[in-house]
Amino acid sequence: MTTTAPARTGAARTRPWLLHPAVKPLVFIASLLPLAWLVWGAVAGTLGPNPAEALIRSTGDWTLRFLCLTLAITPLRHWFKQPALVRLRRMLGLFTFFYGVLHFLCYAWLDMSLVVGDIVTDIAKRPFILVGTAALLLMAPLAATSFNRAIKAMGGKRWQALHKAIYAVVLLGLLHFFWMRAAKHNFGEWSVYAGIVAVLLGDRLLRARMTTPKLAALATPQGGAQSLGAARRD
Amino acid sequence: MHFLKDRGFQHRIASEITPQAVYEERRRWIQMAAAGAALAAGAGHLGRAHAQTVTAPGKLAKLPAVRSAVAGANTMEKPTAYEDVTTYNNFYEFGTDKADPARNATKFKTTPWTVAVEGEVKKPKVYDLAELLKLAPMEERIYRMRCVEGWSMVIPWVGYSLAELIKQVEPTGNAKFVEFVTLADPKQMPFVGSRVLEWPYVEGLRMDEAMHPLTLLSFGLYGEVLPNQNGAPVRLTVPWKYGFKSAKSLVKIRFVEKQPTSSWTKAAQQEYGFYSNVNPKVDHPRWSQATERRIGEGLFAKRRPTLMFNGYEPQVGQLYAGMDLAKNF
Repeated sequence: MTTTAPARTGAARTRPWLLHPAVKPLVFIASLLPLAWLVWGAVAGTLGPNPAEALIRSTGDWTLRFLCLTLAITPLRHWFKQPALVRLRRMLGLFTFFYGVLHFLCYAWLDMSLVVGDIVTDIAKRPFILVGTAALLLMAPLAATSFNRAIKAMGGKRWQALHKAIYAVVLLGLLHFFWMRAAKHNFGEWSVYAGIVAVLLGDRLLRARMTTPKLAALATPQGGAQSLGAARRD
Repeated sequence: MHFLKDRGFQHRIASEITPQAVYEERRRWIQMAAAGAALAAGAGHLGRAHAQTVTAPGKLAKLPAVRSAVAGANTMEKPTAYEDVTTYNNFYEFGTDKADPARNATKFKTTPWTVAVEGEVKKPKVYDLAELLKLAPMEERIYRMRCVEGWSMVIPWVGYSLAELIKQVEPTGNAKFVEFVTLADPKQMPFVGSRVLEWPYVEGLRMDEAMHPLTLLSFGLYGEVLPNQNGAPVRLTVPWKYGFKSAKSLVKIRFVEKQPTSSWTKAAQQEYGFYSNVNPKVDHPRWSQATERRIGEGLFAKRRPTLMFNGYEPQVGQLYAGMDLAKNF
């Protein structure tokens, strides 16, 4: 969706600060902070006894976090009636890809010493790495078409259809993380991400059902009262 | 003593202060006496004994030991820093993050402590820690430690061969395996109760593995008693197997007829077998075991090739002669 997308709800009252020209640069800088922290840690030696593992894990964590943030934009702008939030979505999506690439590079370099043959064999042999790689590859065309001219060239509908691949990306990403933790029955962190993703995708499903005519009627108080024949207290 | 803001503490009677040189000298004498006693204890047993090679970090009580004469017991590799050995731990009773055990085990109570030795033995006995500490002369052994996760360390342990204890209890002919049970105290161990593993943590060895002189009953590391996060007060160290075989904070040693099911085998049978010998040729289902990362070598160090039986093949290879190690992983 373009940054000029019109507000869907009439009741939207855009907070003026969301439109402030400084918002985007600030989010950009904030998104670079995890990287800055990791680079600092690598240089200063504060990443603990196993810095390679720390780098691979953290970049993976941040990929998943940015993915959640990107997917949170749509529900958040509905819940808080802030359509202007969508201005940040593309940047967050690109940062997801950015951290995903860093995650892959850390694995390829620190675990595989950048030996291409070893990397290919490892990916083919191990489902959890294969799934992670698939998620990253799926993100590539989305990142590549994330500029306005691409949208124009592709046509809004096709562009949107392509970008629905983000749902596959998040599910593959969750599976990648799940498999990594599977043998250790250590699903605490995973459940948090899975829960967040469930809410973010669940909201979309609910909303999609609402927009079908009959259900849309249910969504409005009067319509709901009529079709359900429910006695409303107010 | 008075505290003066500009000069710190001031002793009331200056002549009563022990000069630094004097107390340092005194301390050295005590250390030498302790080392001497250890030497005397170990000399007959070992024939030749050296003074300690590793400097104690001065964090916990000293545990003097003589250098072990067991073949393969002293690798020449540089020991991993004490800081890394004691802050990067897998001890799931205290948390699943590597930094958790050091943080969550600070108040862990290791005295009084008893270890029950039971099962197929002629002389079952509940040992208290003091008895165990005196059971055989303490030896320092510098072992490689390889974790199934693909990292490794070099750790100077203090203890004695488990065989010393086994001989005392006289196993019967029915004893084919040894089962090790570790403490599971939900009051002290915040993750006992989590579903990560079934508690208490159980491990096992075949009788000949348990009797092998390299199998160490460990009471200390770096010349001091074990830090809580490393399995205080007493743990097992089996240097040719993946780290998780070396159960921490032991409370029970059972001699049994049937092969015990270890906690990790229960959790994921297809990933963690009974033997769990370090083997670069048998991959973990989710990663290769061909190489390892040595902790403390920094970000830019290359992974090093993993050695068969973690490099202890000359010592333990014959234990597995004729076995298919891909099946018996």
